[in-house]
Amino acid sequence: MDKLEAKNVNVFYGLNKVINDVSISIKPNSVTAFIGPSGCGKSTFLRLFNRMNDYIDIFKMEGKVEIDGKNIYDKAIRVEELRKKVGMVFQKPNPFPKTIYENIVYGLRIQGIKDKNILDETVEKSLKQAALWEEVKDKLKNSALALSGGQQQRLCIARTLAVEPTVILMDEPASALDPISSAKVEELIYELKNNYTIVIVTHNMQQAARVSDTTAFFYMGELIEHDSTKIIFTNPKNERTQNYVTGRFG
Amino acid sequence: MNNAVKNRIKDNAFKYFGIACTSFGLLMLAIFIGNILIEGLARIDWDFITNFPSRNPDKAGILPALVGTLWIMGLTAIIAIPLGVSAGIYLEEYGRKNRLAKILEINISNLAGVPSIIYGLLGLEIFGRIMGMGGSLLAGASTLSLLILPVIIVSTREALKAVPKSIKEASFAMGASKWQTIWHQLLPASFGGVITGIILALSRAIGETAPLIVIGALAYVPFVPASPTDEFSVLPIQIFNWISRPQKGFAINAASAIIILLLVTFVLNGIAMYLRNRWQRKVRW
Repeated sequence: MDKLEAKNVNVFYGLNKVINDVSISIKPNSVTAFIGPSGCGKSTFLRLFNRMNDYIDIFKMEGKVEIDGKNIYDKAIRVEELRKKVGMVFQKPNPFPKTIYENIVYGLRIQGIKDKNILDETVEKSLKQAALWEEVKDKLKNSALALSGGQQQRLCIARTLAVEPTVILMDEPASALDPISSAKVEELIYELKNNYTIVIVTHNMQQAARVSDTTAFFYMGELIEHDSTKIIFTNPKNERTQNYVTGRFG
Repeated sequence: MNNAVKNRIKDNAFKYFGIACTSFGLLMLAIFIGNILIEGLARIDWDFITNFPSRNPDKAGILPALVGTLWIMGLTAIIAIPLGVSAGIYLEEYGRKNRLAKILEINISNLAGVPSIIYGLLGLEIFGRIMGMGGSLLAGASTLSLLILPVIIVSTREALKAVPKSIKEASFAMGASKWQTIWHQLLPASFGGVITGIILALSRAIGETAPLIVIGALAYVPFVPASPTDEFSVLPIQIFNWISRPQKGFAINAASAIIILLLVTFVLNGIAMYLRNRWQRKVRW
């Protein structure tokens, strides 16, 4: 079964239609890259999957978004529960102004978990998964804001992993990082793929080509083409996709 | 004369004008404080602080007024802080951002500019008469709470607004509810701003005289208020009372009481600045 599925989705900001009749299915334990020029709606579309658009007053949507076959816009869905299953990593690293330790356990604390053993274990496990443990294991009680940008972003990934989601949404997770940090994050995405379904928005074509299994090209609020990354980058069916991935526009 | 020279002259001209403007305020304050200190400092001793008011200026003290001021401060804080901070949180985080909200916002800002004597009249009617509190500490504190609520609400909102949106998003994305986000992220991150607003509001309340006179605070209180339902006086009223007496001795007493009042205000402002700096150092984006 498909992990994520969107069916005939329209999104409006006020009277502006920003997503136009988009349908897509995404397989479990895969990396899908959303590419397209700025303002094409890929970030808005990504944020549908954890309902982060709900906070925009003028946001309105039609159609269905399903995770594991369940419509997440159903009235019976509790959005806090949904977000424990669908984690998100943002463009700019946004650690909380707290210690490294407190950043990681935040998701557990708000679920009411107080057992110190569980918290400690989760911190170590998540940081190891995010390939950050060796760098920070001796300064867990230091402020997260003292870390470098790349470390902060991996901390944010670790924080997301701590609540054991099954889906991770990433909104240009490496665009604010230097090339070395960026490469580390990419490597991490590649490893996480085995256990998580990952959707990543990126402006970086090489990055999309390197990390993703399938790629979806968005243009002006429409999904132009979604296929295996290899085909999108070597032999796309649509001319606009061809032009975009070869850098002729966008 | 070419343009560069002209510009430099204009630049300097404004600089010196600015210095003059700034020094005017500071100079006036210095003269005022100097004057008060010369006149009143000598009169301040332990007796002055622990004595009751008296017909004899040499024996008169500020004890009831000082205790009244502390009572009023405490009660006002207890009433106004939860109300103001909660209202600020609601308006900023829960209230919808529609036209009604804008009208509300403008009116709250306007309330901060309403002359304080109007609040006194309001307090006299509602707290003093309808709710039957009379001229008690509680009536006074309630009235002053109304007076400073707008300041606390506005500063709470500003402090919350200053927290980066990315922190809020991160918290929501972790599955936190709105209240959890406010409690665990927004309030700690904006604590410095909120507390500064509260203390500045309280230090405004401490100097208010008019509304308390209207609700019936007394000028002569021969006892130390011991419960919120007691009648009371406060330092500004005591000062006002002494100033309006003809004897020279009372004028000196007034100056001394002003020094005490300033001291309390400065201490409060000092705490505000300390807390703000401390929290700003701690939270850097």
